[in-house]
Amino acid sequence: MIAFVAPSLSYSLLAPILIVLGGAVLTVIFEAFLSKAIRPIAQLSVTLGTLVLALGQVWRIRHESSMTAAMGSVAIDGPAILLQASVLILAVLGVFLIADHDHFTVVAATLPGSEEELASIRSGEKLTEVYPLTLFAVAGMMLFPIATDLITLFVALEMLSLPLYLMAGLSRRRRLMSQEAALKYFLLGAFSSAFFLFGAAFLYGFSGSVSLAGIFEAVSGGTGNSVFLLIGIIFLSVGLLFKVGAVPFHAWTPDVYQGAPTPVTAFMAAATKVAAFGAILRIFYTSFANAYWDWRPILTVIAIITMVFGSLVAISQRDIKRMLAYSSIAHAGFLLSGVIALNKAGLNASIFYLFAYGIATLGAFAVVTLVRDSAGEVTDLNRWAGLGKRSPFIATVFATFLLAFAGIPLTSGFIGKFSIFSAAYESGNKLIVVVGVLSSAIAAYFYIRVIVLMFFTDLAEDGTSVIIPSILTRATIVLTFAITIFLGVFPAPFLNFISSTAIFIR
Amino acid sequence: MLLPVLGAVLVSTLPKAKELLAKQMAFATTLVVAVAGIAMATQFQRDNVDLQFVESHSWIPTFGINYALGIDGIALVLILLSVLLAPIVVLAGWNEAVGGRWSVKSFYVLMLILETMMIGVFAANDVFLFYVFFEAMLVPVYFLIGGYGSGARAAAAVKFLLYSLFGGLLMLASIIALYVISGEQGGHTFDISALAQLRLSSTTENLLFLGFFIAFAIKAPLWPFHTWLPDAADAATPGTSVLLLGVLDKVGTFGMIRYCLELFPHASKTFTPVIIVLAVISIIYGAFLAIGQKDFKRLIAFTSISHFGFITLGIFAMTSQGHSGATLYMFNHGFSTAALFLIAGWMSSRRGSSKIADFGGLQRVTPIMAWAFFFAGMSSLALPGLSSFVSEFLVLVGTYTRYPVAAVIAAFGIVLAALYILLPIQRALHGPTTDGNESLTDLNLREKIAIAPVLAVILVLGFYPSPLLNVINPAAAHSIAKAGFTDPLSSIDSKGATK
Repeated sequence: MIAFVAPSLSYSLLAPILIVLGGAVLTVIFEAFLSKAIRPIAQLSVTLGTLVLALGQVWRIRHESSMTAAMGSVAIDGPAILLQASVLILAVLGVFLIADHDHFTVVAATLPGSEEELASIRSGEKLTEVYPLTLFAVAGMMLFPIATDLITLFVALEMLSLPLYLMAGLSRRRRLMSQEAALKYFLLGAFSSAFFLFGAAFLYGFSGSVSLAGIFEAVSGGTGNSVFLLIGIIFLSVGLLFKVGAVPFHAWTPDVYQGAPTPVTAFMAAATKVAAFGAILRIFYTSFANAYWDWRPILTVIAIITMVFGSLVAISQRDIKRMLAYSSIAHAGFLLSGVIALNKAGLNASIFYLFAYGIATLGAFAVVTLVRDSAGEVTDLNRWAGLGKRSPFIATVFATFLLAFAGIPLTSGFIGKFSIFSAAYESGNKLIVVVGVLSSAIAAYFYIRVIVLMFFTDLAEDGTSVIIPSILTRATIVLTFAITIFLGVFPAPFLNFISSTAIFIR
Repeated sequence: MLLPVLGAVLVSTLPKAKELLAKQMAFATTLVVAVAGIAMATQFQRDNVDLQFVESHSWIPTFGINYALGIDGIALVLILLSVLLAPIVVLAGWNEAVGGRWSVKSFYVLMLILETMMIGVFAANDVFLFYVFFEAMLVPVYFLIGGYGSGARAAAAVKFLLYSLFGGLLMLASIIALYVISGEQGGHTFDISALAQLRLSSTTENLLFLGFFIAFAIKAPLWPFHTWLPDAADAATPGTSVLLLGVLDKVGTFGMIRYCLELFPHASKTFTPVIIVLAVISIIYGAFLAIGQKDFKRLIAFTSISHFGFITLGIFAMTSQGHSGATLYMFNHGFSTAALFLIAGWMSSRRGSSKIADFGGLQRVTPIMAWAFFFAGMSSLALPGLSSFVSEFLVLVGTYTRYPVAAVIAAFGIVLAALYILLPIQRALHGPTTDGNESLTDLNLREKIAIAPVLAVILVLGFYPSPLLNVINPAAAHSIAKAGFTDPLSSIDSKGATK
């Protein structure tokens, strides 16, 4: 009989995740026992309180560094803390948007168009299941980039994905589309999880270990069957690249971005990218670092296709959410060039880019939630015509986010793009810099087209209007706007902080 | 140098309704800046070839980026050009913001932001900072054209922005390369003089040079990168066009001197023949197309392409006369284009059309306007005694000493200039007054005040260019020397050739 050893956990270092999980459980209990009248406000405050508390804990442990916080399954190091903090900040801003109940159906189980659905809407109740789901997803996203063995990675991957599948189907309007998006996301996500597991199995076969450190040693030692290693890397990458929406694993992105309720899209687009790229960075920088000869060419090709495809296809989009989806694909390509760089500058740049991009994305989708007509959000680009006339402030803010995506100086996007491309160049990968710069030029075209529509096209008189945002939504928009500009003009403190802390431990 | 920002902030806080106050405030700001600019120019030590008025603050230490400013004679002249034209443009286009897509206030806010960035781009002494100004400048211009222009303004604005962005991104790739190479050779930096010391392999240098040069050639604009210019100039308000052609496009030619030559002297030498050919093509092509234009604004745009050909020719002739001439040309072209555009703008806003064929016999109806236009036209075709003549002559002399054939062909550009200026002047100003022109009013006091200094500068510099040349010559000689060139005919003293 194997002696059972009680795991020793460093609760202090795991506190952020534990707090989020505790909060999630608490919200589930609230869901069951609180009356419907006070549930929305109670859930919202618990969720926000949890996230802020966790953020405080992340700040407290910001200088810690440990491999043994949970028996070698997670690493607490600079990148881990930065990524966790990014996820939490994005989650807080995302929850501000999610708090607008108008986007969510009341009882997700009712059939679209049925009598029960109408009755549930008439009852004036609000859907609150979204809060526990969000918290579980956040916990998964915090675990994903710090996990250091393949099993924990897989658990984290599922933990962040499952709630998102559900959340994608909760839209109040155009419910069939929303449910279709959820199903699509779920099915493809399940496939990619299978790929991930398959790859993990091969890596175990190669190295005899599921920990990233063990795989690293096996790679450096040169023992083991390198065919297993190659197959393992490829399948593991498929699972990971699916999450970030890199071509050719991007097919879900536009449909899910369009179908999901916009606040969920905002949260998902921003935070999932941070978590998934965090994990990719850790795996490729620590585990596979010495096998770069094997994976670099593949990833380079994928990055190039992703950048070019995302920018080109985005041009022909007529729907703002689909356009942002393709733009997110292009940005995944830019971010991949930071992964490929495989140097300190690449790591710093990727973390900065992830945060800057996440903030701008949240802000952009927050603006999308405001443009409505009597039937809900208006996402058809043609009906955004003349928005600059109708509400100059909102249009200016949105234009700023677009300029940040396009990488115009004095916005965060420019600093991000500069740092990530210079890191890629430093690693000797000039091709990717050239392609990246050219696809940025293509991408600029469709961002600018939206600006033209908003500012230089005459007002469309079709009932489209910008609603007065709630205080929370307003806070999101103002904060994301301020951060986007601030990171563009005075990025120095933030960059210093990243470069002094972002060192992976093995 | 931060004055215009202050003005922009002040103007932006004004309520929308107070249009007049916004205008007055914008005008006052540009005027103060102009006075400050002149004051700075008087303190400039002209025989000192080092950068002056240097200031430097650490901006993004992680990347070795500094907020570093400093100017030499060439930059000083261009900054002077910017700050002098700004108040004139505001005064001349007193009413042009009315009828735009947005409020009058935003027009002046954009204008002042643009002025700040123009000064910044000429004064920047850090490649990264230069790039930031270079790109960020596009945004206000884009909104100025798209929001307040006429005709197909949105399309023109987008075309302008996309061309410039494309060039800018190529330059960004080069800048990234420089940054990384500087890191490999002893520490990341963006300081121009430090970057000029880098050891580059000739392939790398050629490629990086192209990245910069194409960006500047689009901006300047040189044939075959010019196609955005006529559309933009046609759609923009006259004031915006003046700033666009008069100042903004000079960033391209300024960049060639400051960045292409200084950072990549060998590559500059390699590409010189190609560029000389492009410049000559621009001169002749721009002139021919200008002759064929039926619209005043497009006509002026094409003449500018021809003139930018001269400037580029002067720069890449790699002689100190050529450089002095090119720099002086930038300044003079700014003023003569300003005069042409402003008067053409007044003519077309009175007539409601900018087609040359719609005008006729303005000489009788509006003598002052007609004479002013005539004067500006003469300056554009480089009549001796007006400022452009000096610079065109210097460019041609400078080119002839090294590339006689190019200089001879370019000289034909002057002949063509006579055609493209005199033909429309004859059609529009002389002859019997045609229908629809009888009741046009002449220039009012404000317009006279705005145009007078422009014409005065053109005239004074035509006879007495030495104050400017004294500032330019040492800097031009210095930049030639830094790029590793010597004048082929040292017997022509650079000062002697100017008198």
